[in-house]
Amino acid sequence: MAEEKVVFQRPGALTDAVTNYCPGCGHGIVQRLVAEVIDELGVEGTSVGVAPVGCAVMAYDFFSCDMIEAAHGRAPAVATAVKRVHPENLVFSYQGDGDLASIGMAETVHAATRGEKITVIFINNAIYGMTGGQMAPTSLPNQITQTSPYGRDVHAAGFPIRVSEMLRELDGVAYIERVTVDKPANVRKAKKAIRKAFEYQLEGVGYTFVEVVSTCPTNWGMSPQKSFEWMRENMLPYYPLGVYKDVKAEGFADVYEAAAARAAECPIANKE
Amino acid sequence: MSQDFNFVLAGFGGQGLLFGGKVIATAGLIEDKELSWLPSYGPEMRGGTANCSVCLSDNPIGSPLVMEPNGIIAMNQPSFDKFIDLVSDGGVAVVDSTLVPTMRYPENVKVVEIPATAMAEENGLKGLANIICVGKLFAETGFCSEETLFAAMERCIPPRKQHLLEPNLKALRLGIEA
Amino acid sequence: MAEKNKVLMKGNEAMGAAAVAAGCRHFFGYPITPQTELAAYMSKTMPKIGGTYLQAESEVAAINMVYGASAAGARTMTSSSSPGVSLKSEGISYLAGADLPAVIINVQRGGPGLGGIQPSQADYWQATRGLGHGDFHCVVFAPSSVQEMADYVYKAFDVADEYRTPVLILADGMLGQMMEPVVLPEPKTELPEKPWATCGHHNKRPHNVANSLYLTADALEKLNIERFARYAQIEENEQAAECIMTDDADIVLVAFGASARVTLSAVKKAREKGIKAGLLRPITLWPFPKKAIDETASTAKAYLTVEMNMGQMVDDVRLAVNGRVPVEFYGRTGGVIPTPAEILAQIEALAEKVGE
Repeated sequence: MAEEKVVFQRPGALTDAVTNYCPGCGHGIVQRLVAEVIDELGVEGTSVGVAPVGCAVMAYDFFSCDMIEAAHGRAPAVATAVKRVHPENLVFSYQGDGDLASIGMAETVHAATRGEKITVIFINNAIYGMTGGQMAPTSLPNQITQTSPYGRDVHAAGFPIRVSEMLRELDGVAYIERVTVDKPANVRKAKKAIRKAFEYQLEGVGYTFVEVVSTCPTNWGMSPQKSFEWMRENMLPYYPLGVYKDVKAEGFADVYEAAAARAAECPIANKE
Repeated sequence: MSQDFNFVLAGFGGQGLLFGGKVIATAGLIEDKELSWLPSYGPEMRGGTANCSVCLSDNPIGSPLVMEPNGIIAMNQPSFDKFIDLVSDGGVAVVDSTLVPTMRYPENVKVVEIPATAMAEENGLKGLANIICVGKLFAETGFCSEETLFAAMERCIPPRKQHLLEPNLKALRLGIEA
Repeated sequence: MAEKNKVLMKGNEAMGAAAVAAGCRHFFGYPITPQTELAAYMSKTMPKIGGTYLQAESEVAAINMVYGASAAGARTMTSSSSPGVSLKSEGISYLAGADLPAVIINVQRGGPGLGGIQPSQADYWQATRGLGHGDFHCVVFAPSSVQEMADYVYKAFDVADEYRTPVLILADGMLGQMMEPVVLPEPKTELPEKPWATCGHHNKRPHNVANSLYLTADALEKLNIERFARYAQIEENEQAAECIMTDDADIVLVAFGASARVTLSAVKKAREKGIKAGLLRPITLWPFPKKAIDETASTAKAYLTVEMNMGQMVDDVRLAVNGRVPVEFYGRTGGVIPTPAEILAQIEALAEKVGE
């Protein structure tokens, strides 16, 4: 009898719990990628994840590393403290657009500018999923949601926030990449981005951030296939994929070197 | 000595009255008395008036906020005006006469005028009029022994500011002898 | 000159020093008058001892950092004053819901709203009833001297760990700002193990989860009932009060914190005038020292609470006295500190009323 060979299995960093995600949702893919990278780096035993409030609220049941469930938007503050207590740990938060860019914007910005050695995985699907499809800070102009029934009116509701573009200006940020998971090539790219973010974190380069442009078939009211089409057509022009910051690629060892160079003309910022 | 001392030190922010109060409180600490030191705090401190209450006693201190002082130091007109009428019978008011032009002399209060700011200038002790006043308050009330007072000053000057010790001790002596 | 190891310290600084002695190495703060000296003390001390002082972007962030540090197994603390504590209430509820220990300090100022910055006790209800949403209590200590601020912050860390609960220190601007001699507690050399901490399982145990979410009503009810069983133990074991001259007291004054200091002066003056007055000073506000009330109830003809608010603790005194004798209230609010003379007048009036 030929020897059986396992060619595909659940990553060790995921539990065997069945997720609560809708069919076609990007969360399942991204969580798997995070878990695969944890496995590849061999750091499950020293990882602590912070779950958000949103569709991924129960991520603490899905990852098999130690997990903390944070209050809405506060995951970066929680992750900050975990990292300060255990600097050797891999600490990541996993957040959606409402959690990260609306109620938790202050925590997001300040963890980034402090250069916390954490990784934030940001799922941007332009809608509040868990509460049933309300307008998010990243909902597109004219996008119809439960709370923008006539389409997002930018005169009344303002404009969506491009989080990656905004955060890259902060000196504490080592690495930002915006990816998506609509097809195998992009899934592989997304995984590489997550891996790079984790590696930078463990090297102490600075704050790392991976934005995943994703979909919400249920609340968008489309099939998964159609959702990805809509995402490619509408979201990617507004939220272009790519690397938004990479201090190592710019030739710096870490955010401190990069920040010093940027502020070269400022004597106090370069005081020994 | 079983007398209670309830002092208010008041003046402009920056004159060092809170520090002066700390020296008195430290004297109480050295003599193992019950004591409290309570500053005014908040926006009024920024360029406005600053004051602190200091209590020394053989019994536990109730409210550290002194409402009826038996000794005050007043280093500007608003402080003098605010606190002079609160001084209890038989109390002492040490007043920096360089900075308090308009005096009043309530009955049963010993008003001691001392040109502390001018004296400080003349003796090369700029900024230490507060300590001259503390010396004077000591001379008038005897809230501790003289040895303790000087030991308290030594304790209140942090190691990295040792160059300020001698001028402060000199200011104390000036106030005591004035 | 028997000085022992006494040092002269502000209450705010003494609380910082005591926290460090208790093993706190992670402090998350945000400036607000009149507690800022505590943050300043921590910012000066923590870098020297390998600890973390982090000035958070807001009180909300600070309490959530406390949540994270506590989950990670550290002894951790945050401090604020009234308006800032309102912002922290979200995180305090989550700490309670996830059974995480932490120490939170409120150096109270006058309210509501931005209120004032002078000393107040107007957050009694908040501390004992409304520190956040949901079914929970916080242990609340109310020190009334700089020494007690040090002692009870030190103890708070042990109580928090023992019962896995947030503990609040309810101080006020007067206590925080004043200096008194204090003997600081000995640095702890051993801290309790926390097998529940989310600090990395090192492939030696199943994953730990710090969480307050239970979507099944039955599961949440069960947990709340279990937590309240723990609260019952706390009520049994941790009530604390100081009774002064209450043995034969007709009029029992009840006051905590700063107002207890002033009240004691008034009680002594009442005794000088021949009125049998005594002071019952709650040190724990939750659990409220009902046992101490019971002990004084045999002689008391009336109770008088003195508070720096419009009458909040008086509710708990009435509940504990349970109609046996009248319970009256006297208070000043907005940052005004009552005087011994004012309180004495109240005692005299009450003594006359109950036929002393």
